[in-house]
Amino acid sequence: MSPDFHLGPVLPEFILAVGALALLMVGALRGERSTWLVTELAIVVLGVAFLIDVGTPTHGVLMFDGAFLDDAFGRFMKGLALLGSIVTLVMSIGFMRQQGIDRFEYPVLIILSTLGMMLLISAHSLISLYLGFELMSLALYVLAAFDRDNVRASEAGLKYFVLGALSSGMLLYGASLIYGFAGTVLFDGIATALQGHAQIGVVFGLVFLSAGLAFKMSTVPFHMWTPDVYEGAPTPVTAFFATAPKMAAVAITVRIIITAFPGIIAEWQQIIIFISIASMALGSFSAIGQTNFKRLMAYSAIGHMGFALVGLAAGTEAGVHGVLIYMSIYLVMTLGTFAAILMMRRGGLNVEMTADLAGLGQTHPAMAFFLAMLMFSLAGIPPLAGFFAKFYVFQAAIQANLYGLAVLGVLSSVVAAYYYLRIVKMMYFDAPLGTFDRPNRGVSFVLGAASLATLLFWLDPGPLVVGAAAAARSLF
Amino acid sequence: MFGFGILTGLIVLPVLGSILLLLLPGDDEAVRRNARWTALFTTLVVFVLALVAWGRFDTANPAFQLIESRGWFGGGLQYKLGVDGISMPFVVLTAFLMPFCILASWESIQDRVKEYMIAFLILEALMIGVFCALDLVLFYLFFEGGLIPMFLIIGIWGGKRRIYASMKFFLYTLLGSLLMLLAIMKMYGFTGTTDITVLLRTDFPHSMQTWLWLAFFASFAVKMPMWPVHTWLPDAHVEAPTAGSVILAGILLKMGGYGFLRFSLPMFPLASHDFAPLVFALSVIAIIYTSLVALVQEDMKKLIAYSSVAHMGFVTMGLFTMTPQGIQGAMFLMISHGIVSAALFLCVGVIYDRMHTREIAAYGGLVHRMPRYAVAFLIFTMANIGLPGTSGFVGEFLTMLGAFQVNTWVALIATLGTILAAGYALYLYRRVIFGKLEKPALAGMLDLSAREVAILLPLVVLTIYYGVHPAPVINASMASVDQIARSVQVANTAATKTASTQP
Repeated sequence: MSPDFHLGPVLPEFILAVGALALLMVGALRGERSTWLVTELAIVVLGVAFLIDVGTPTHGVLMFDGAFLDDAFGRFMKGLALLGSIVTLVMSIGFMRQQGIDRFEYPVLIILSTLGMMLLISAHSLISLYLGFELMSLALYVLAAFDRDNVRASEAGLKYFVLGALSSGMLLYGASLIYGFAGTVLFDGIATALQGHAQIGVVFGLVFLSAGLAFKMSTVPFHMWTPDVYEGAPTPVTAFFATAPKMAAVAITVRIIITAFPGIIAEWQQIIIFISIASMALGSFSAIGQTNFKRLMAYSAIGHMGFALVGLAAGTEAGVHGVLIYMSIYLVMTLGTFAAILMMRRGGLNVEMTADLAGLGQTHPAMAFFLAMLMFSLAGIPPLAGFFAKFYVFQAAIQANLYGLAVLGVLSSVVAAYYYLRIVKMMYFDAPLGTFDRPNRGVSFVLGAASLATLLFWLDPGPLVVGAAAAARSLF
Repeated sequence: MFGFGILTGLIVLPVLGSILLLLLPGDDEAVRRNARWTALFTTLVVFVLALVAWGRFDTANPAFQLIESRGWFGGGLQYKLGVDGISMPFVVLTAFLMPFCILASWESIQDRVKEYMIAFLILEALMIGVFCALDLVLFYLFFEGGLIPMFLIIGIWGGKRRIYASMKFFLYTLLGSLLMLLAIMKMYGFTGTTDITVLLRTDFPHSMQTWLWLAFFASFAVKMPMWPVHTWLPDAHVEAPTAGSVILAGILLKMGGYGFLRFSLPMFPLASHDFAPLVFALSVIAIIYTSLVALVQEDMKKLIAYSSVAHMGFVTMGLFTMTPQGIQGAMFLMISHGIVSAALFLCVGVIYDRMHTREIAAYGGLVHRMPRYAVAFLIFTMANIGLPGTSGFVGEFLTMLGAFQVNTWVALIATLGTILAAGYALYLYRRVIFGKLEKPALAGMLDLSAREVAILLPLVVLTIYYGVHPAPVINASMASVDQIARSVQVANTAATKTASTQP
């Protein structure tokens, strides 16, 4: 540790930690009436953390005896996670009040979970990885069951908790195996210890570690919780699940694999390739039969994580670059889509069947247009942003000579295109069912902004592409 | 214009038009009328601009012209446009056909007119972009982007089975294109650029060419469409509104041929040579098989759709002869087919608007009530058969000339195909136009209105003009076509030499 210790590199985390505790006090002292105030303040706290995260330079500082690394890669992914948290919080305000579950704990839990994600993203040792992982997850378990009088939500929370605890256990077991064989918990130390040929114990450790991480990324074969939790949890919470934790899980997976195991590429590459292909295929085929929009988005998320991992499978700087671009664009598209799901209210009740979108093109032309653009983008049709996301990851795979992976990837994206098109078909080709209630202004804004961002991405993609390139370079 | 050239103008103008339409509020009769006029006006301006571009274009120069380029995506890709003798005619053809599409939809589209016109204008921008793009990724962007508006056009304003047809169209084309995308990425990785002008000068290793060629073939063969992946086309044609069919047959199908000519032949000459027998086989099967299928069709649009597949068989056959005559013929046939098949679909649209059926059996004896229509339809039918004196003849003749130099059997079978073409086209004409006017529903049919005359007359004139004087199109593309044919031959001769010196 450097003698002149200062808080600069952990300032965003520090602000979140202090902010969460302070807001908890505000809530505890002022009671239920303070929900609105706490939520607004939480947005401010997250916003300040976001501004510091993206606005200040970083030079790759290791802190806390090498447990925490502040680098461009971390800053980039933390920015995405914070953005996801802020936007979901903005979208939650109206919904939580309508459902009568507007408690002040909700924004505090979001902040705590986000703090866990940020520690996770910056983790540079197996210990800090686990700490961040648990802080994030514990808050998420509560959030999943936040609508506690709702049977489906409670079921979702319980399911998520039981399976999540199992995966944490596996992760911890894998981490202990790796520690046993490498003799250190620091990522760079593991990298020096494990060179060339890996012992069987390390491979076991790697498999268990991947299982824990795959669970949080919701990738096959640890995806089973996803559809139920997505469907059961309150919609803003689902939006949160679909965005911020995914950013953190993918970020730490990329970081640990690239920085801790660069010497045993053959061992982990086959794991990642399997996870990637299985997720793409399962995500594409299982979503076809879904009629619930949230459930459909769960399978869609499984597929998209598979696509993102295509870039990681390449194991190159170009591949990580692709993953970063993919995750950024995926974040925007997902937030927009969930904003549209939140707007699906009829007669004061939430509806979430895809069939409820019938005729939207006539009843709500603007909403239909925005959602259609997001669907085309999720399907990866140019010139929308989703296409460029796929472009970069597949290009990295092709350059790494992973042709089989790339071909299977594009084939499953054709299958996936079908169910996204089906949503467009319902909105534009089918007869209208009836109109939706007047939506909350914040939610409409999120939908419009996300959709326009994906639609007009090609106009000025430079900043994202260049920023992601700098972030990817900092890992190598 | 902000440092952008005339080609950007061609792409941006329709987009501006569609934004203008988007700003029209409401959906009453006045808005609909305004939407129609705005769209028509925009497409006419684009057409004039395309003619200006043609005027500035130097036909003697085989290189790319009117180039404009700037960095994109942090420098990795670029926004680069330019035209040569191969793309210029297609740009003009696209701009030329669009006003007819708008006019053809004037009365037949009453539902969501504004959105319809927006979809068409966006489609026009993307199609012009396909032919102008000089960056592979940019090309892919336009190529694939066109699926979205076409999907909506078929799906929203189409016939009874429109959902099935639009899904099939979309997924079929997407599958082919994505394989091409992987090839594009490989080429990017190999050369470090996606600039088409650089890639055209790159010598890819023979084994790599084989795979790249197959991937591009997957995309263009579906788009073309070649037998046996043509099955999306009849469905899409039958269900699409008239103007959608016009664009499908007139422009979208040409993208396949354009792709072969722009990428497959000059970039992968060795693989093209290896796979030419395969293409010939598929082409003659397409010519004979789809002509036979066309003979038994009960639906007018379906019949014309199958005849399109047969004609595209001639195009692929001509292209892969890799002789100047064959390629020139294919090029001319694509332009001519763009005009003639578009006109045929417009002709079907004329009577469909009156009777709301495309069943051939529902018509008969129309010549008694619609003499002007009968004349126009006759001219296009003859052009479809390839009668000398119409534009259809020139292209087919040249492709067969090229085929005879390479493979007599292929040429012979293709010639038989033209006889079948005469069979199905004349059979259709006889059933619809001649005979007694027996069906009571037809007794009240009116002849062509002024609007319909305005649509069909220019096409009649062009069909005959290009039939007797094909020079404008041929001169425009000659320099570029010769260059491609020469470069393919040079590459193959060089490869044979290396092979013979290294036993």
